[in-house]
Amino acid sequence: MSNKIESLVKMANDISNFFNAESDKALAAEGVKKHILRAWEPRMRAAIIEYSQKDGSGLNPLATEAIKLLAGC
Amino acid sequence: MSINKQQDFGTPVSAAQQTVTLEIDGFTVTAPMGTSIMRAAASIGIDIPKLCATDSIEPFGSCRLCVVQIEGGRGMPASCTTPVAEGQKISTQSPKLADVRRGVMELYISEHPLDCLTCSANGDCELQDMAGAVGLREVRYNPAGENHLSAVKDESNPYFSFDPSKCIVCSRCVRACEETQGTFALTIDGRGFDSKVSPSQNQAFMDSECVSCGACVQACPTATLMEKSVIDHGQPEHAIVTTCAYCGVGCSFRAEMKGEQVIRMIPNKDGQANHGHSCVKGRFAFGYATHKDRVTKPMIRANINDPWKEVSWEEAIGHAASELKRLQQKYGKDSIGSITSSRCTNEEVYLMQKLTRAGFGNNNVDTCARVCHSPTGYGLKQTFGESSGTQDFDSVMEADVIMVIGANPTDGHPVFASLMKKRLREGANLIVIDPRQIDLVKTPHVQADYHLKLRPSTNVALMNALAYVIVTENLVDEAFVNERCDIESFNKWRTFIGQDMHSPEAAEAITGVPAADVRAAARLYATGKNSAIYYGLGVTEHSQGSTTVISIANLAMATGNLGRKGVGVNPLRGQNNVQGSCDMGSFPHEYPGYRHVSDDITRGLFEMTWQADLSPEPGLRIPNMFEAAIDKTFMGLYVQGEDIAQSDPDIQHVHAALRAMECVIVQDLFLNETAKFAHVFFPGSSFLEKNGTFTNAERRISPVRKVMTPLAKYQDWEVTQMLSNAMGYPMSYSHPSEIMAELASLTPTFAGVSYEKIDQLGSIQWPCNDESPTGTPIMHKDEFMRDDGKGLFMLTGYVPTAEKVTPKFPLILTTGRILSQYNVGAQTRRTQNNVWHAEDILEIHPHDAEDRGVNNQDWVGIKSRAGETVLRALISDRVQPGIVYTTFHFPESGANVITTDNSDWATNCPEYKVTAVQVTKVSQQSEWQKNYQAFSEDQLDLLAQGMAND
Repeated sequence: MSNKIESLVKMANDISNFFNAESDKALAAEGVKKHILRAWEPRMRAAIIEYSQKDGSGLNPLATEAIKLLAGC
Repeated sequence: MSINKQQDFGTPVSAAQQTVTLEIDGFTVTAPMGTSIMRAAASIGIDIPKLCATDSIEPFGSCRLCVVQIEGGRGMPASCTTPVAEGQKISTQSPKLADVRRGVMELYISEHPLDCLTCSANGDCELQDMAGAVGLREVRYNPAGENHLSAVKDESNPYFSFDPSKCIVCSRCVRACEETQGTFALTIDGRGFDSKVSPSQNQAFMDSECVSCGACVQACPTATLMEKSVIDHGQPEHAIVTTCAYCGVGCSFRAEMKGEQVIRMIPNKDGQANHGHSCVKGRFAFGYATHKDRVTKPMIRANINDPWKEVSWEEAIGHAASELKRLQQKYGKDSIGSITSSRCTNEEVYLMQKLTRAGFGNNNVDTCARVCHSPTGYGLKQTFGESSGTQDFDSVMEADVIMVIGANPTDGHPVFASLMKKRLREGANLIVIDPRQIDLVKTPHVQADYHLKLRPSTNVALMNALAYVIVTENLVDEAFVNERCDIESFNKWRTFIGQDMHSPEAAEAITGVPAADVRAAARLYATGKNSAIYYGLGVTEHSQGSTTVISIANLAMATGNLGRKGVGVNPLRGQNNVQGSCDMGSFPHEYPGYRHVSDDITRGLFEMTWQADLSPEPGLRIPNMFEAAIDKTFMGLYVQGEDIAQSDPDIQHVHAALRAMECVIVQDLFLNETAKFAHVFFPGSSFLEKNGTFTNAERRISPVRKVMTPLAKYQDWEVTQMLSNAMGYPMSYSHPSEIMAELASLTPTFAGVSYEKIDQLGSIQWPCNDESPTGTPIMHKDEFMRDDGKGLFMLTGYVPTAEKVTPKFPLILTTGRILSQYNVGAQTRRTQNNVWHAEDILEIHPHDAEDRGVNNQDWVGIKSRAGETVLRALISDRVQPGIVYTTFHFPESGANVITTDNSDWATNCPEYKVTAVQVTKVSQQSEWQKNYQAFSEDQLDLLAQGMAND
């Protein structure tokens, strides 16, 4: 994993850790997706989507769900 | 222009609503109850002679010069200590009063040096004025009698002199130190004739507890306490009101001038943030503005290993524009960006983001608030609907319980700290949440009721525990919550926070704070009539910074501590214009007024006004810019007034990113650390050289006024405008007021702001619009600023930081700042403030020091997963065992060599406050320090070569 991807994966996991407090996981994933959509530059979003689709092993389950939603935007 | 001295009414204003009417020297006057006769007289232009009275401190009644006669009353009471009463008839002048006053003055002058013509206070001496006012013509006492004329001067303070031979022992300095500053460093030592002003225990000022705020100098009626700049240069001849360029308090000052030279900075009595008070930085540390290190010519170079070449402004601007355009052609439109600074004015920041969005055609603009208060912006926007604190500073005077979280006001925000201490001395309760024993925990006449000494990185666990007590002990303000908050979110939060995993007992294992203290503190906060929270970077600079801000907002809403005086959520902003730089749209995802770039209506408004197509996508944040630079997709950067090569975390990574870029443009006063990696240098203008506005931590927009010609010819906003024009995006502002007018036309919360109104009101707290035409001291009074008007509760799960202590890195390093230095030190290091703090040091607990064989002043290596540096040790029990602490004011310290790239989940604000380290005794600098010193020296040589070739 490149430094850049490593950094994005960490960011996505950190965001997910916040939204994990939400017991409704669909709502939580939507929160993560929305946050990334509003805060991340398109190149970063494209990179995490690509990583998620090709590997994705570093992402936690909520982040994985959220990136799937993001890919559908 | 003239010096136009501010009127001294002799005693403070009375806040009473009820008034009384009386007669003074035949003139009718109406004044609030509790007003002194002296002040009432002054309000109608009758100046009663005085020496020991001044309106910044309570009356004392010692000099007996202000005596008056009251019809039907006995004797001659002091007008400073006698309050007005209904129907009084007062005479301020009579032969009998004149006799008494002359007698008093004769005694004062009998042992005062008669060197008026050569005295530094000549022209600004109240003793001299009073001698004239009372008609003193002779002194009958033998000048050879016992006196204090040979008392030795104390010149130890770098900024002011203390000449006891000129002291009249009026105690104004002592009282100012107590009442205004709250330090209690001065006293009157001895009795009767032996009475004298004494710093601490008859020590020199520099050896005493004095914090050099200047309040004593300001209060002194003679030349006893005098600015050395006045001694050197004489009295100033005109004054211009402007705003301090240091911390987020945003003090108003009168720049007292002689031509274009600043003689002294006097805190403005009418200043609405500081009410005539100051600190050592704003009051005295302005010499950096004319320091020899200032670079005043534009410079360019092709490579950072080349000597700099001084060029004309035209050439520098042309070169910078052509380089940026070349990069966009080669690497794409999104390959360049900019960084704005909280040290710059609102108007400068606005232009930077406009240039980026409209001129560069992308949203790659970010600000140094990224590394300090970006979590505040996020957390308060989500919960309250606006990215700002809720109160004005004066609100603290109505607080009954003050909770200070992760802030060190006496060092970081000293003028506000003085106000807070005043309220605490009046009896307000204090809760301090901080891993370190900050001064506020125990300071003269102030002692925290609870100091919750938590482990770094456990803020959320502690805040959740406080909330747990409030929820489970039925301390919620149900009426407030039901009326003002989103109920669905509250109910969900109540269920969440009421789980036993959040109890103080469960949290104790995480935070290290005794559960009983947490319970008691929570009860105190929830049941205090007015409870206010003040917080700082100890909250925000964590991986859960935004979560803690949200938890603070939750706590305030749950207890109904919002929407009125004395309560609220108050972020203490680090730099002078943190609030303003964020307001101005310098985050990559937001336009001015915190509106998202994807909002079509807002974007359309800006596109129409700016005549440009704007991107609906967020741009890169600062750390993302660095990643992209190393990835070779971000190749050009325009940095104004910010020193990312010193201030940002994991500095070796930052340096690598800067080296990877093909064009780094730095605009600054000095060849700062970032400029050592730059290809273009635009000389900046100091706050004394430009017009504009700063917005302080209480949302107060205050004027910055040009008091001298820019040393490098242009104000900073003019340079940005020239660059924009050279880039092909036209700008044609002729004055910053036009920039503010444009901002106001585009931003609802600023709609009513104009330079004319700021001049008229002195300052304005936004929102300022049709609903609040003179501004908004207290926010969210009737409803929150979210779309539905309701406050939103959010869930705040505690997530431990990834930065863990291990046997290899067993200590936690946390960072902060010190009173005398400011941020990266670029300004204060170039002043005499270095006498207080000449280097960064590492505070280490005695137990940890003993374990490592470390003594005071030893060199110690501090090693983290990111890097290693070396500092001197100071053994101190202000830190807990397991925790070490340092400041970051000196680049050679390399404090950010050791900080990691951990950051806040929501905003990427770095986790400066938590770094796992090992500390060992060493004998030499770290490799990084040696390498950096060599690099830095090379860069200074390249600068000197460039100047020599000119």
